[in-house]
Amino acid sequence: MRLNSSFAKLLRRTGALALVLALLNSAAPAGVLPEDRADILYHRYQGGGITIDGPSVLIRKKIGDSLSVSANYYVDMVSSASIDVKLSASKYQEERKQKSVSVDYLHGKSTYSVAVIDSKESDYVADTAVFSLSQDMFGDLTTVSLTYKRGWNDVFRNVKLADGSKVRDPTFTDIADSRGYSLGLSQILTRNLILGLNYEVITDEGYLNSPYRSVRYFDPGSPRGFSLEKEFYPRTHTSNAASVRLKYYLPYRAAIDGQGRFYTDTWGVNAWNVDFTYTQPVWKRWIFDGHVRYYKQTAADFYSDLFPRAQSQNFLARDKELATYDAITVGVQASYDFQIPRVRWIQKSALTARIEHMTINYDDFRDATATDPANGILAGAEPLYKLNANIFQLFLSIYF
Amino acid sequence: MRVIRILLALTTLVGATACSPIQPWVKPFEREHLADPIMAFDRNPVSSAYLDHVFEAREGARGASGSAGGGCGCN
Repeated sequence: MRLNSSFAKLLRRTGALALVLALLNSAAPAGVLPEDRADILYHRYQGGGITIDGPSVLIRKKIGDSLSVSANYYVDMVSSASIDVKLSASKYQEERKQKSVSVDYLHGKSTYSVAVIDSKESDYVADTAVFSLSQDMFGDLTTVSLTYKRGWNDVFRNVKLADGSKVRDPTFTDIADSRGYSLGLSQILTRNLILGLNYEVITDEGYLNSPYRSVRYFDPGSPRGFSLEKEFYPRTHTSNAASVRLKYYLPYRAAIDGQGRFYTDTWGVNAWNVDFTYTQPVWKRWIFDGHVRYYKQTAADFYSDLFPRAQSQNFLARDKELATYDAITVGVQASYDFQIPRVRWIQKSALTARIEHMTINYDDFRDATATDPANGILAGAEPLYKLNANIFQLFLSIYF
Repeated sequence: MRVIRILLALTTLVGATACSPIQPWVKPFEREHLADPIMAFDRNPVSSAYLDHVFEAREGARGASGSAGGGCGCN
């Protein structure tokens, strides 16, 4: 049987909602339709025994003066031998394909947006609809946005047959629905400074854990000193997140961007992060960005690296994304603007490369594969797990 | 007596401005810097959406990472 990593599981859940930002939320202020452009991107994540790569293509085009449509095609090709997989299963490969379409309608100072997203893989099907309204006011100094997201997800479980082929387990199927409500404000403070505020509530109901992942508990009768049982999460989850962002134009044509976010949820996870980006154009055609992000969270109430016994409590989790940890991400980006000769319909083009390095230090998630009682490494005394990952993007942007 | 005078002056001031529309304190012609592409909250949506996607998958927290659907209102 295949074991899904928590990362791959979360990729499904978050993929639609995160990528819809590219379609709806970020392209332009209300009252102005986003510019026509096409982006062809290659992305690659590598770390913790997982490699995920694939393409993403985003095309946006205005139709008349008040309508803009966009379409995105995105693929994750997953090859996973994560620490979860190593503990209780074998390496697997998976592919997720996501298609989405959005329409923005501009009427006066208001922009109405609708998007639909469809994500499919062998054991998870996710459909999402997003409705958004943005309104410019006070002489276009202020933009207020309201967004509602609704997700319908079907969860399956794959099993491996004797011949090595993979099929859906006919005895297991479940659903997970989600709703998200967000309120945003963008405010010009001075001729060089913009403020952004966001508040978002997301609530999920249904099968929210992985059908593959296990927790571990003390078992003196086992050679390793622990045994495994299936994780079991509550069937509801509601989160609140609020962020504040400031972006400042420096006197010598450069920009500095700072963001802070606070998060709390009904599972007991509390988190905050800060994010800074410095942008510097040079030599007319180049733009360089430097980025640093720090993130910290507390564990979920029902998380434990090692439970005292089997079925020791109602809800059981050993997902490292629900553990206590902090993470730091550092990255750089370089973008080169150029003209394609003799192609008149292309106004300008840009080639951009971006690399980020992420380090996560877990405070209560141990490397259970390092258990070795013969050499004195007992269950619960293994070294704490540390994850290093590289995130790479290369993309071509065409403005027409 | 001095406090009453100050309060009276403030009340008069607020009363006099209550019905007038809010005037933009940064005029459209003063938004040159804000209109620069480097000041966009999201210069490359396809790239930042992917990175948000990675962070959201790797972190327990989620939500409120967007840019409020707005920019500088300066185009």
